[in-house]
Amino acid sequence: MAVADYDRSLELEQSGAPARDRLTHIWEGEPGLKGWLSTVDHKEYGKRYIATAFLFLMLGGVEALVMRLQLAGPNKTLLTPEQYDQLFSMHGLTMIFLYAQPVLSGFSVYLFPLLLGARDMAFPRLNAFSYWIYLFSGLFIYAGFVIGYGPNDGWFNYVPYALTRYNPGPNMDFYAIGMILFGVSSTAGAANFVVTFLRARAPGMSINRVPILTWGTVTTSFGILFSVPAVSLAFFLLWTDRQFGTHFFDPSGQGQPLLWQHLFWIFAHPWVYVVVLPAMGIVSDALPIFCRRPLVGYTVVVLATVATMVMGFGVWLHHMFATGIPFLALSFFSAASFVITVPSAVGVFAWIATIWTGRPVLSTAFLFFAGFIVMFTIGGVSGVMTAAAPSDQQLTDTYFVVAHLHYVLIGINVLAVMGGLYVWFPKMTGRLLDERLGRWNFWTVFLGFNIAFLPMHWTGLAGMPRRIYTYPEGLGWTAVNVVTTIGAFILAAGVLLLLVNVLVSRRHGAPAGPNPWGGPTLEWATPSPPPPYNFAVIPAVASRHPLWERDLRESGEHSSIQRGMALDEGKEMLSTSALDAEPELIQKMPEDTLAPLLTALAATALGAAALVHAWIAAAILALLLLAAVLAWLWPRREMGQISERRHA
Amino acid sequence: MHDAPLMRLPVGSVGHKTFGWWGMTTVVMTEGSLFAYLLFIYYYFVVQYGRVWIPETPSLRLAAPNTVILLLSSVFVWWGENSAARGRTRRQSLGLAIGLLLGLIFLVVQAFEWRDKPFTMSSTSYGSSYFVTTGFHMAHVAVGALMLACVLLWSLLGYFDRERHAALSIAALYWHFVDLVWLTIFFTFYLTPYMG
Repeated sequence: MAVADYDRSLELEQSGAPARDRLTHIWEGEPGLKGWLSTVDHKEYGKRYIATAFLFLMLGGVEALVMRLQLAGPNKTLLTPEQYDQLFSMHGLTMIFLYAQPVLSGFSVYLFPLLLGARDMAFPRLNAFSYWIYLFSGLFIYAGFVIGYGPNDGWFNYVPYALTRYNPGPNMDFYAIGMILFGVSSTAGAANFVVTFLRARAPGMSINRVPILTWGTVTTSFGILFSVPAVSLAFFLLWTDRQFGTHFFDPSGQGQPLLWQHLFWIFAHPWVYVVVLPAMGIVSDALPIFCRRPLVGYTVVVLATVATMVMGFGVWLHHMFATGIPFLALSFFSAASFVITVPSAVGVFAWIATIWTGRPVLSTAFLFFAGFIVMFTIGGVSGVMTAAAPSDQQLTDTYFVVAHLHYVLIGINVLAVMGGLYVWFPKMTGRLLDERLGRWNFWTVFLGFNIAFLPMHWTGLAGMPRRIYTYPEGLGWTAVNVVTTIGAFILAAGVLLLLVNVLVSRRHGAPAGPNPWGGPTLEWATPSPPPPYNFAVIPAVASRHPLWERDLRESGEHSSIQRGMALDEGKEMLSTSALDAEPELIQKMPEDTLAPLLTALAATALGAAALVHAWIAAAILALLLLAAVLAWLWPRREMGQISERRHA
Repeated sequence: MHDAPLMRLPVGSVGHKTFGWWGMTTVVMTEGSLFAYLLFIYYYFVVQYGRVWIPETPSLRLAAPNTVILLLSSVFVWWGENSAARGRTRRQSLGLAIGLLLGLIFLVVQAFEWRDKPFTMSSTSYGSSYFVTTGFHMAHVAVGALMLACVLLWSLLGYFDRERHAALSIAALYWHFVDLVWLTIFFTFYLTPYMG
C-alpha cells in the first residue's frame, strides 16, 4: 500500500515562508474569468452563496413592499388579483428556498473547513456544483416570473388549484422543475456537509469538541437527506399529473388532494428547522465570544439541536389541523408540537445563562444576537398558540399565522445571519464592518420588523385572512395595515443600511487582523482573509476552545497550531475517524475544473427542455450530463485512485 | 501529540476510508427516503380506498424469478469485490460482468412485465403509483448498471489493485442498495395483495 512512510510534520516557525509559498502554489487557482468559473475553493463559494442569497432576499423584499402598498388601504387597485397571487407566491418561495437556507449554507460552506481545521470541504467539486445549480434553479423560477408565468398558488402550492384544470399555464411547471433542481442542490450540499463533518476534522477534534455551528449544519443536513426527497417527489408527481395525466392528486382518477399536503409538509416542517438550526448554531458559537466565556451547556445544546430535528419529522400534521383529519391525529400531533418547545427552550436558556454569567461586550453583533433571543421567544409563544388544535382552527390562514412565521423566520434566521455577518465579515474580507452604521442597521431592522409584524397578530385575531389581495372598508383592519406597511418600509431601510455598510467597509473598513474579537475557535488562527490552503500545517486539537486554552485551562493538554502535518505534496487533506478524529488517510483533493458548472448547466437545460416538451433535446442533454459526470469522476493517477508507486 | 501515528498513513483512495464511500452512504440515505415516500403513497391509497383500489391481483409469474435474478446479481457483484480485495483481478472483472448482465436481464423482464399490464399510468391512481414506483426503480437499476459498466471497464483497463478499488466498492454499495429497494417494492406491490 502506498503510504506516507516518513515523518511529514513541520514546525512552522522554522520553515514558515518557503512552506507557505509551496502551499499557495499548490492550492491557488487560475486568475481571470476561467479561474473564477472553475475554482473549487470553499471560501469562494461561501461568499458567492451569501451574496446570491442576499440578492434574492432583496428581490423577495421588494415583492413584499409592493404587496404592502397594495394592502395599505381598503379597495386598492395597484395590483390585479393574478399579479398579487404571483407576488405572494414568489415572495414566499424566494425567502424560504432561495434566501433562508442558501444563506446559511453560505456561512457553513465558508466556515466548515476553517472551524474543523481542514483545507477544504470533503467534495470541493460537488460544493461548486451545489452552488451553480442553486443559482440556476433560482434563475429558472424567476425566468417564469419575468415572462408572466410565475407560480401563483402560494409557496405551499396546494392542489387541486395547482392542477391543469384550474391552472393551465406553465406557471406551476416552472415551480415544479425549478424545485427539483433546487432539491438536487440542497441534497448535494447536505451530503458534503455530512462527510466533511464526519471525516475531515482536525486530529483530536473528537465529536464532543466540535463547534456548535457545525452541529447545527450537520443535523440540518441529515434532515435534508431525509426530507427533501418528499418534496422533490411531490413536485415530480405534480408535474406528471399535469403533463401525463397520472392521478396522484386528482380526485377524478382516485387521486387524493390531501396526499399533496402530506408530502409537502413531511418536507416543509423539517425545513423550518433546516432554516433555523444553523442560525441557532451561529448564535451559539458567536454569542459566547462577546460574553467572554464559553457557551453554557454545550452538551445539552447539541442534544437539543439533534432532538429538535428528529421531532421536526413527527409534527408535519400540525399544518393540516383544519383539513378534517381524525380526532386522534389532532391530539397526537398537537401534543407532539408542544413537546418540541422543550429543546427550543433549552437553547434560549443556554444563551440567557451565557449572557447572564458572562461579561457582555455590547457590539453590533451582540445586539443582533440579543434581538434574536427576544424574537425567538415571541415566535415560540405564538407557535404554542397555533400548536393547540382548537385555537389553530380559529387562527389558521389568518394574518396571525403570517405574523408567527415571520417572527420565527426573520427573528431566528435574518437577525442571526446579520449578526453573523458582523462577526465573520472581517475574516472573509480582512476588514471590519462599521460599528456606528451597524447600530443604525440593527435598530432600524429591529424596530421596523416589530412595527411591521407585531400588529399582524391583531390583524389576524380580527379575522383578516392571508393571501387576499384587498379588503373592503369598515372591518377595522385599515389602521393596523397602515402601521404594518410603514414598518415594512423601515425594515427595508434597515436591510439597505447593511448593504451600504458591506459595500463601503469592503474597501474602506478598518483592517481586522486575524482575530479581531478574540474568538476561541480555529478559524481565528488563520490570517484574514485566510490563504487558499487555510492552514499551513494541519492543527491538532486538544479542547473545545483551542485559542482560549491558556485562560480556561479546560484540560491538561494543549492544542498544537504551529506544529503539525505539512501535507504539501500536491493538494492533500487529512481524513480522520468519525468519532475520535484519529488520522486515518491522506486524501488527495481534486484540481479546479469546469465540470461542476457544465454539469449544472446541462441539468438546468434538461429541465428547460422537459418544460417545453422538447424530448429530443432533452435526450441529447441527458447524454451531455452523463458525459460531464463521467469526465468529473474518471480515475486519475494524481488522485491516488490508480495504483500509486511511490508517494514522493 | 499525534506525530507517531501520522508517520504511516495510506495516501489516496483506499477502501472504505475514502470520502467517496461515505458520500455514497449519504446518497443511499436520501434515495432510500425517496422510495420510502413512494411506498408511503401506495399504503396511503390502500388506507383511503381499501382493497378494491387494486385492479388485479398481481401475477408473480415474471416478478418472482426476476427478483431472484436481481438478488443473484448482488451476489456476483459481492464476489467480484471480494476477489478484488484478494488481488484476483480476473475473477473481479468476471463478477462485475455477470452482475451487470443479470441487472440488464432484470430490466428486460421488467419491460415485459410492464407490457403485460392491462392498465396504464393514467387510468387510475393505482396505475400511476405502480408505474411511477417501478419506473423510479428501473431508472435506479439503469444508473446502477451504468456504474457497474464503468467499474468493469476500469477493472479491465487495470485501474484497480488489491488496495485501490474504492470506486468498485462504491458502485457495489449502490448496487446492493438498489437490489434491497426492489425487495421492499416486490413485497409491497406483489405480495401484500395476497395477504389477509
